[in-house]
Amino acid sequence: MDLKDIIKPENRVYAKTPVLTENVMHYCPGCSHGTVHKIIAEVIEEMGIQEKTIGISPVGCSVFAYNYVDIDWQQAAHGRAPAVATATKRLFPDKYVFTYQGDGDLASIGTAEIMHACNRGENIVVIFINNAIYGMTGGQMAPTTLIGMKTSTSPYGRSEELHGNPLKITELIAQLDGTCFVTRQSVQTAAAARKTKRAIRKAFENSGQSKGTSFVEVVSACNSGWKLSPVKANEWMVENMFPQYPLGDIKDR
Amino acid sequence: MALRGAIVVDSEKCKGCSVCLVNCPTNTIALAKEVNSKGYNFAYMAYPENCTGCTNCATVCPDTCITVYRVKV
Repeated sequence: MDLKDIIKPENRVYAKTPVLTENVMHYCPGCSHGTVHKIIAEVIEEMGIQEKTIGISPVGCSVFAYNYVDIDWQQAAHGRAPAVATATKRLFPDKYVFTYQGDGDLASIGTAEIMHACNRGENIVVIFINNAIYGMTGGQMAPTTLIGMKTSTSPYGRSEELHGNPLKITELIAQLDGTCFVTRQSVQTAAAARKTKRAIRKAFENSGQSKGTSFVEVVSACNSGWKLSPVKANEWMVENMFPQYPLGDIKDR
Repeated sequence: MALRGAIVVDSEKCKGCSVCLVNCPTNTIALAKEVNSKGYNFAYMAYPENCTGCTNCATVCPDTCITVYRVKV
């Protein structure tokens, strides 16, 4: 069978979702942000909620998420996306509101906002990208940086005595009564990406049913910040990040 | 019944990150020797006869530059 017999519109099984714009992403090659953007766009397309979804973009590499996912967006000050999402959801209760935040944004400067938004049980979705580093500003140490991990502000590796321990913010959030669904996923393989898609779909459905805050952490690789190739960064993530941040549902009610 | 597949890579959008290569169960994909206008060695279907159209490569592609086709033969 010839290739031109296979490559026909009726045989197409996977194509870019129209919810993603045509813009070329500014992310580094192999960055997990692109995969998670795509998953969110596919979930929005499958649920048919493109006109009813409002995203809150953070500060960090993904500040430009509004260039790539073709929905309504609002950009928030550093760490304040859950506060902006709270206001947006209360003003437009029939919309699907989600925040998209990194670990520097959510687990550091925005800890108070995320804790209280989750504790109030705002009917929003929180997508949390945890790559254990400040990617945009040059690879500084984040609260989620692993012990012994070298960053530009911990050049000899993070030490417990000097810098404290990695923050398992997702486990903390699972303790709060306002959250209905707290899970940790990854996107380095096709199987993992499909599981993440199911989790994000469930989170959006919970938001539609007003069940409380849904929190999806995606353990991600920052290959530029980690000074590794994209493939090596994914391998490093599996070896080192997953023991500290084990995958799976932490809370589901 | 066998499955035959094919992928089409948007070579201008591809950044050559190789995540699709390691996720391909049939070693269909390789990086091209030539580069696109941004200087990246883009992914292409090096062994078309291997492809089953499983969509793994397209699912993990961060830049969504792969389209997958599949037929039953």
